[in-house]
Amino acid sequence: MFIAIEITYLVSSVLFIFGIKLLGSPKTARKGNLYAAIGMLMAIVATLLDQNVLTYEWIIIGIIVGSLIGTILAIKIPMTGMPQMVGMLNGFGGGASTLVALAEYYKINPNYPVDKGLPFLLPLDQGIAIVLSLLIGGVTFTGSMIAFGKLQGWVSGKVVKYPLQHPFNLLLLLAVIAGGAYVVINPSAMGLVLLITFVSLLLGVLLVLPIGGADMPVAISLLNSYSGIAGSTTGFVLGNNELIIAGALVGASGIILTLIMCRGMNRSLMNVVLGGWASAGSGGTGTATTSVKGDVKSIDSEELAMLLDSVSSVVIVPGYGMAVAQAQHAVRDLVNVLEKKGVRVRFAIHPVAGRMPGHMNVLLAEAQVSYDKLFAMEDINDDFPMTDVAIVIGANDVVNPAARHDQNSPIFGMPILNVDYAKTVIINKRSLNVGYAGIENELFFYPNSLMYFGDAKEAITKLTNEIKNL
Amino acid sequence: MVEFISTHLNEFVFLMHIYVFMLAIFVGFELITKVPPTLHTPLMSGSNAISGITIVGAILSAGLKDFTVSTILGLVAVIFAMINVVGGFLVTDRMLKMFKKK
Repeated sequence: MFIAIEITYLVSSVLFIFGIKLLGSPKTARKGNLYAAIGMLMAIVATLLDQNVLTYEWIIIGIIVGSLIGTILAIKIPMTGMPQMVGMLNGFGGGASTLVALAEYYKINPNYPVDKGLPFLLPLDQGIAIVLSLLIGGVTFTGSMIAFGKLQGWVSGKVVKYPLQHPFNLLLLLAVIAGGAYVVINPSAMGLVLLITFVSLLLGVLLVLPIGGADMPVAISLLNSYSGIAGSTTGFVLGNNELIIAGALVGASGIILTLIMCRGMNRSLMNVVLGGWASAGSGGTGTATTSVKGDVKSIDSEELAMLLDSVSSVVIVPGYGMAVAQAQHAVRDLVNVLEKKGVRVRFAIHPVAGRMPGHMNVLLAEAQVSYDKLFAMEDINDDFPMTDVAIVIGANDVVNPAARHDQNSPIFGMPILNVDYAKTVIINKRSLNVGYAGIENELFFYPNSLMYFGDAKEAITKLTNEIKNL
Repeated sequence: MVEFISTHLNEFVFLMHIYVFMLAIFVGFELITKVPPTLHTPLMSGSNAISGITIVGAILSAGLKDFTVSTILGLVAVIFAMINVVGGFLVTDRMLKMFKKK
């Protein structure tokens, strides 16, 4: 039986690898997800047959309750709520790792529940693995829940700063490491194990709280990576290769996504983790002073409809504003009307647009926009000079030309979509307010820029109707 | 040799785990580098579901012979991990169903 179980774990690990591989291409992604799910089912069945599993009632209750909650969440969540859903699921994975590490500690402690005064010999590697699982799992759990709260609007999405935040967090981390070292040497220190768990949970809250809304793509992918690494460390605790493999795969993929997101903002991981652009939306200085740089020209839906009637190529740049207004279906209707008139319409997606990696792609897929119309920044940026009209919907900092030339700008060096090179730029926004970086966007004052004010959903619907009426 | 291995069994097992971990990290990096941005979210939620593999450890704790604090921790861990696994795979599939090329 032992060999059969181990072989099942091996096959399951291979299915995870194939699953992730197939998730990398749109044509095979669904199959990949299915392979991974089958791998998980195999791992669960194999574990149920393990000789150490002697009672089933609690397992069955847990599986039923967890599956029910998971199913309900997966069915009920609207596509616009996907970032918080991913954040929350991440948290549960990390929480499970912490709980398993704690359970394992109590299981191998000979003096629990009754202190028999026996010596507690904890192998060094297992001790270290338990402490790391408590730390990483705990940070992932509470960190993800704070990320969930921020995305759901329950916790402030702003860059939250508190006095001595970095020294204090560092102190907590050092305390966990010191406490962990003590536990590894003196495993009987049960109170200290609980203290380590508590401090790790606190650390998760304090580390994610300062991260602002627009930096969430980085935070979410980093937490995703942590949840994988926590799985791996739990694998070291249990001496189970499959957990080590699966956790490492997820840890690696999360790190890669994190780095892609950081590159999309031209910032180091440290800079993001330590709490945002120097002055970004922090405290009372959030509203930048408005300096007059020229006139802002605005356009109404009727004029805009006439303008679009005579063009041949349009590039749409969606941002978080489109998600907030839930305007993806209205945008799809606009695309259909324009295409009927023979206009070539494409989408330009900035890597950090929205609140998680690929956020805009998911929303547009929901609105049934074909994914071959969606272009990554590097694939479309050279086409803007040949584009008649670029329509920016709810994006701001990622189209600010200051990033290219203004060395004093906080976003200087960030790769941007060069919408200003298009013949005409239409910017749909509710107002002239600053974006996440807290700076004014000089694009609005460019001679080829036209502001089209209004809530994205209403404004785009109105525009579509005007074009139809022409 | 056999004697040497048996006296150092723990070290050998640990080293084997480290090997597995290192190699899996490299496999992970190789697998992900070329994923198109369109699939970033499904990749994240799908791999997220895979990290629910801690369900294995959770089951081992919840299925102990005697009811102890480990059983309770294991039970909660099973619930958490199953939310992660079932929610993750289902929501990924829901998303991927929408990704169409016309």
